Parts: sequence; C-alpha cells; structure tokens
Amino acid sequence: MSVQQLSVFVENKQGGLAEVTRALAQEKINILALSIADTTDYGVLRMIVDRPEEAAEILKAQNAAVALTDVLAVKMPNHPGGLDGAVQALSKENIGIEYMYAFVCPLPGEACMVFRVEDREKAGKVLEDAGYLQLVTSDLYER
Amino acid sequence: MQVFFQKDIETMPRKELEALQLQKLKAAVAYCYHHTSFYRERLDKAGVGDGSRIKQLSDIQYIPYTTKDDFRDHYPFGLMAVPMKEVVRIHASSGTTGKPTVGVYTREDLDIWSDCVARVAVAGGVTAEDIVQISFGYGLFTGALGLHYGLEKIGATVIPASSGNTEKQMMMFRDFGVTGLVATPSYALYLSEAVKEAGYPMSAYKLRLGILGSEPCTPEMRDQIEENLGIYVSDNYGMTELGGPGVAGDCPMRQGMHFAEDHFLPEIIQPETGERLGEGEMGELVVTTLSKVGMPVLRYRTKDITSITYEPCPCGRTHARMSKTAGRTDDMLIIKGVNVFPTQIESVLIGTPHIGPHYQLVVRRKNYRDTLEVRVELINADLLDHYRELEALQRGLHDRLKSVLGLEAKVTLVQPKTLERFQGKAKRILDLRDQPEEE
Ligand SMILES: [Zn+2]
Repeated sequence: MSVQQLSVFVENKQGGLAEVTRALAQEKINILALSIADTTDYGVLRMIVDRPEEAAEILKAQNAAVALTDVLAVKMPNHPGGLDGAVQALSKENIGIEYMYAFVCPLPGEACMVFRVEDREKAGKVLEDAGYLQLVTSDLYER
Repeated sequence: MQVFFQKDIETMPRKELEALQLQKLKAAVAYCYHHTSFYRERLDKAGVGDGSRIKQLSDIQYIPYTTKDDFRDHYPFGLMAVPMKEVVRIHASSGTTGKPTVGVYTREDLDIWSDCVARVAVAGGVTAEDIVQISFGYGLFTGALGLHYGLEKIGATVIPASSGNTEKQMMMFRDFGVTGLVATPSYALYLSEAVKEAGYPMSAYKLRLGILGSEPCTPEMRDQIEENLGIYVSDNYGMTELGGPGVAGDCPMRQGMHFAEDHFLPEIIQPETGERLGEGEMGELVVTTLSKVGMPVLRYRTKDITSITYEPCPCGRTHARMSKTAGRTDDMLIIKGVNVFPTQIESVLIGTPHIGPHYQLVVRRKNYRDTLEVRVELINADLLDHYRELEALQRGLHDRLKSVLGLEAKVTLVQPKTLERFQGKAKRILDLRDQPEEE
C-alpha cells in the first residue's frame, strides 16, 4: 500500500517553478501536497497529485527531469501527540525517516503525513500496528 | 618480430643524440639563412644571423617562431630553399579557408620522410610479412603517399586502396588477406562497423593491426576500432608544414609518441607569452626540422597542445615522447591564469554517470576574478528521490574537474535537453568577461 510521489528537478531561475505549476494547471492536475528542497542552484519539488502518471508524462514532455516513487502516506489523528506517536513508533523499530511532509487529507477533518523511509513495507506495518491508517492513491482521487 | 627500423638511431644514448641535434641545428639555421630570404631577414633581425654563435640546444630560444600565417603569406614557394629543379614532389593540405599549405620535397627529403614513417610503422607492429591497405584518400594530402613509401621501405605489401567504396574495401580485406589498415580514425571506425554488419565470420579477415592518423583519435574510438576488428591500433603525429606523417608515433608501450628526434627538434611553449616550458608541462608544441632540404622550418608553432617527456621508455627508444594532443591553442581558455581545454572537461563528463554529454562553459569576471561555471544536463531522474545523491553527483563532478583542471569550477545541473546542441567546440563556451558584471 502506498501513494505515488512526483519528484521534479526545478532549475533555480526566474519562472522555473511557474513552468511546472502552469503545465499541471493546464491539464487540470490537482496538487494535494507539495514540498520543496532547494539549494541556490536548483530545487527538487516533491508533490502528491491526483493523477501522478499523467502528471509525469506532461512534465517529461516539457523536458523536465521527473521521477515517480512510492511513498508511505498515513492519516494523522487531529489531536496533540498525533504525529509524535507515529515518529516514536518508527524510531523504536530503528526506521530512519529520510524526509516527511504534511498535507490536508481529502477525507474530512484529518491531516495526512507523507514519510520517505528506506523500508516502506516494514514502516507501513509498524504504523498500522500503532493504529495509523495508510492511504492509497485511489483515496486521493475525486470521489 | 622486428622491433626497430633504425635501431642505432632510435636507441641512441641521449647525450649522443643531443650532440647530433646541436650539430644539425646549427647546420639547419645556416642552411635557412643562406637559402631563403624569408629566414635570412628574420634571423638577422633577431640577431641570430647564420647561427654560428649557437653553442647549446637552448640557444634555439633566440630564433623567431614560424607560423601558419608565414606559410600563407609566402604561398606557394616563398619558404622553398632549393631551385624547383631539385624538387621531386609537391604536397599540399586543403586549407579550409583560403589557400592550401604547400610542402615541397627533394629526393633526399622523400628518403628521410619514408625512414620516419617506417619507424612509426615498425613501432606500430608492421613487418615485411604484412599486407597493408591504405584507405587514406590519395592526392595532394601527405598521409597516403607518406605511409605508402614508408611501408614499402619496410618491405610490407602495399595496397593503394584510397578511401571510399566500403564494399570494395571489405572485399579486398578478405580476398587479399589484408593484415594492416591505414585510415583516419573516423573512417576506420566506420569500416569496422561495416565489417561487423557485413555478416562474414571474423575468420574471413586476417586484419591484425591499424595505423591511424591525420585527425585526433580519442581513446574511446581507438578501443572501439580495436574491439570491432580485433586489431592493435597505433597513433602517429605529423602535419604538412613539417612534411607529413612520421614526425612522432606510438611505440608498443603506448605511453606517448616518440619523436624522430634526429630529424625534428621539439619544444613546448606557453602559447600566450611564447615562454619555453619544461619537461612534462602542457603547452603548444613547436618543432624545428633538422634535416629538411626543400622546405625547412625553424620553430614552427603547431598550435597543438601537448607535453613532452625525455624519460627513458621501456621499449628502449631514447627519443622524446609527446602525450596525446589535448586540443588546439585556438580552443584554449585562460581562466585565473590556468590553461583550460574543453577536451579536459569533456573527459571528466564522459566518465560520469547520470549526466548527459552536452555541456556549456560560462566564464565570468567578478571583482576582477575569473569564474568558471560548467553547466551539464541531469538525465537520470531517479536521483531526484535521494537528494543526497544529487549533491554527491555535483560534488563529485566539482572534485574531478578540480583535479583535472587545477581550478575551482562551479557545477550547475540543468534540465535535460535544455543546453544547445553544437557541432564544434568553440560555441560551447560563453565568455562573458568582456561584459559588464551581473547583479
Ligand atoms: Zn617507447
């Protein structure tokens, strides 16, 4: 169980990011989550979108360097300590988190969290055992 | 197998060789002085005169350089040192712009030329048993006839095939039992691929060696040709102004090309200042002919960038070796006083995974300091998932460029297919130093 994440190489030049967002908007791709890691030269844009494979093709056609990877997405209960419980559970099993970011869940009233970990299967199981519900791509489509 | 063509000369102790060179240099300067008005004027102006005051080889530094422009300005026979009656052959290189460069040969010149080519060919493995197909274009070009007479001198069987008609070339390979190929690297590569595609078993071919020349051959090209044809390839160096091929050539060690130092005196200079450089230093190759009669040349600036070593070679030859040419002075950039050649940068990029072969060099000047930026395309998007790998790629490139170039270059990754595609090298360079500073 996983969600596909889109990683896009963005040159740090005027309008670099805008090229990506415009291309996706034109094709009515909905961006649900976004995180950017950047240096002075370039950034890597990570996104959860509703139609990831289609989005990847659209950006590749624009000569963008694009990668699709499976990441772990879980629902976060909307109360203090919600995130902490998940991080503690992973830490107890020695699962390192490469990066993570939050987004608004399409299911009402809850937040979601994306985790990039080395062993996704194991991490998913650890979180499920700790009572966290995993999302799959179909959860992100309009329904 | 024959190892040397003229063993006594090729393995002459350096002290003896240098004494011979000094004696021949003095004679060459006197000869130029007395037989051409061009050199007489130059030598008088420089205070060298007829060279009788030359006491050591390094005194060559007082002799003015001769350039390609001198050949052009004195086209066709202004640099000739003998009456036409003494000349038995004329060659010329096709000038891409304007007039060709002319070379004239007396009977003695042809004899020495074929000796030089024979040395290179023997060092490249040719014996009297070999059947060698010359697939250089014949005509005014020095390559084909140069190799032709050199190979005949060894006693090899020569097939003057000339270039073109690939089917016929391959037919002769098979039917005549050809063991050696003489061609340009690009034509040899083309032929080697045609041989693979022709469908005959490799046992139908007896090819075992190749002598390539007349254009630079990258190690990758050489390896490919060797693999496709199952042959051993040697490289050699020469140019029309110096009489053609045979100036220097690979020995079996393939760690530099040995000059025919009894006939050619090499030097390395700093191309900008003309200052003489030492052993192992990269710079422009300058060559003085020591034996030429028809059209001798003093200190010819070849525009080729290389270095020279006088270290003894395991093959037994004592003559100096030049490294593979690293480019032409025309392509050279000087950044923070360091000579940079696009070929050096290419060699780093070609060996690096995840990036494309295209690049752009941007040179800027900030606060009176030069900066170099190397822009390359990221072609493997899989790295995006691991930010650390992207950083490692960039850092690795930076470090390797630094060790190869000897200066800091900023490496910028750009999107695939966004750098312009060019045929030549020069246009990959964006030199903004004459422009006002950014920001
Ligand atoms: Zn050697």
